[in-house]
Amino acid sequence: MSVRHALLALLSEGPKYGLRLREEFETRTGDVWPLNGGQVYTTLQRLERDGLVESDGTGGEGPRKGFRITAEGERELAVWLRTPPDLSSPPRDELVMKILVALYVPSADVHAVIQAHRRYLVELMQQWTRIKEYDAEGDLNMSLAIDAELFRLDGVARWLDAAEARVNRAATEGATTWADAVQASTGNQTRAPLPRQWRERVRR
Amino acid sequence: MSMLELRRVSRSYGQGDAEVHALREVSLTADEGEMVAVMGPSGSGKSTLLTIAGTLEEPTSGEVLIAGQPVGKASRNTKARLRRRVIGYVFQDFNLLPGLTAAENVSLPLELDGVSARKARVPGLRGLERLGLGERAAHYPDQLSGGERQRVAIARAMVGERRLLLADEPSGALDSTNAQAVMRLLLDACKVGGMTAVVVTHDAQLASWADRVVFLRDGQVTDQTTVAPGPESFLTQERHP
Repeated sequence: MSVRHALLALLSEGPKYGLRLREEFETRTGDVWPLNGGQVYTTLQRLERDGLVESDGTGGEGPRKGFRITAEGERELAVWLRTPPDLSSPPRDELVMKILVALYVPSADVHAVIQAHRRYLVELMQQWTRIKEYDAEGDLNMSLAIDAELFRLDGVARWLDAAEARVNRAATEGATTWADAVQASTGNQTRAPLPRQWRERVRR
Repeated sequence: MSMLELRRVSRSYGQGDAEVHALREVSLTADEGEMVAVMGPSGSGKSTLLTIAGTLEEPTSGEVLIAGQPVGKASRNTKARLRRRVIGYVFQDFNLLPGLTAAENVSLPLELDGVSARKARVPGLRGLERLGLGERAAHYPDQLSGGERQRVAIARAMVGERRLLLADEPSGALDSTNAQAVMRLLLDACKVGGMTAVVVTHDAQLASWADRVVFLRDGQVTDQTTVAPGPESFLTQERHP
């Protein structure tokens, strides 16, 4: 979330002083997205330069200077709200890498590795659920943000379940370990080929 | 005090090559006021664990204690009394009787225990009111939404001062909002009502409502969560003194 669009959103409610914008910015986003409140004044200057906000002529300069959003600013905000963030390329996921690597480490028990991560995820989710239930009651912003985090962690936990089921299937299809299954399927006894194949499959 | 304790409980079906080990030496405790979730993939033994904990099935070996009393050597009558008075069950598909109203469904366990229909009606209604369903008391199950039906089933599982709630995928048939509401009710039953709940689920978001999550795989307890008491649990105590 950009400071720029957060400020446009706050001004879409009506004209506000710089100081009040900074306070509202911090109270509304601080708990969830800790952004630098010091950026508020410089961002306001840039927004004014770009014609997205204008001084409403009250309060003079500095923290007491009043701002309102322009028609151009309203348009910019509307476009930004409807523009999906770029989710097209998967992020480099450390957890995915750890599970993939565990498949090649002879001494690693993949199930134990998966379970260690699963337990950590569920413990995090327990804490978020408690905070949501007892701390965020009636706080719509915070509840929504915690929901987003719970669904994200839940997605990772589900991936671990699916990964474990897939490893089990591979193991029952003739190989005793997943590493055996990988080696048997490629005939390559010296190098673990899966990551490259996997990358190529993703590219295709 | 532990309300439920499983000591090295095993359960197998069939014999010889066809022998299947549903549970292998599972030990588990659930204390008064505690909500424990049991997570595991399908076939991991979750439901078997619950039916054995609920005395609906005998373990092949090991011991089950309810409120400190071993149930293995108890007579059929004693076990039936435990099931009527101490243990409440919540199922995924609600298991309400379609010919009875919500209130009649809730008071049914008391009637089965010999309480007259007239006397059983009062705690039945009170149970429904406690779960926000007072106005639905005269409705039949097919006149209720899925979420409401499950709340009736929870009221039935709690009626008559019962102390141990066993729930098998209690929100499996519900949407996310209703599923969360069901978990909130079960947690309240523990924290406000002092009950003990064991909830079986494969869903991490639902399991995260529990005080403790136990992981089951291939009939064995492989792990459990250990969340250190933090500010959240302090808040819990403030709200539920």
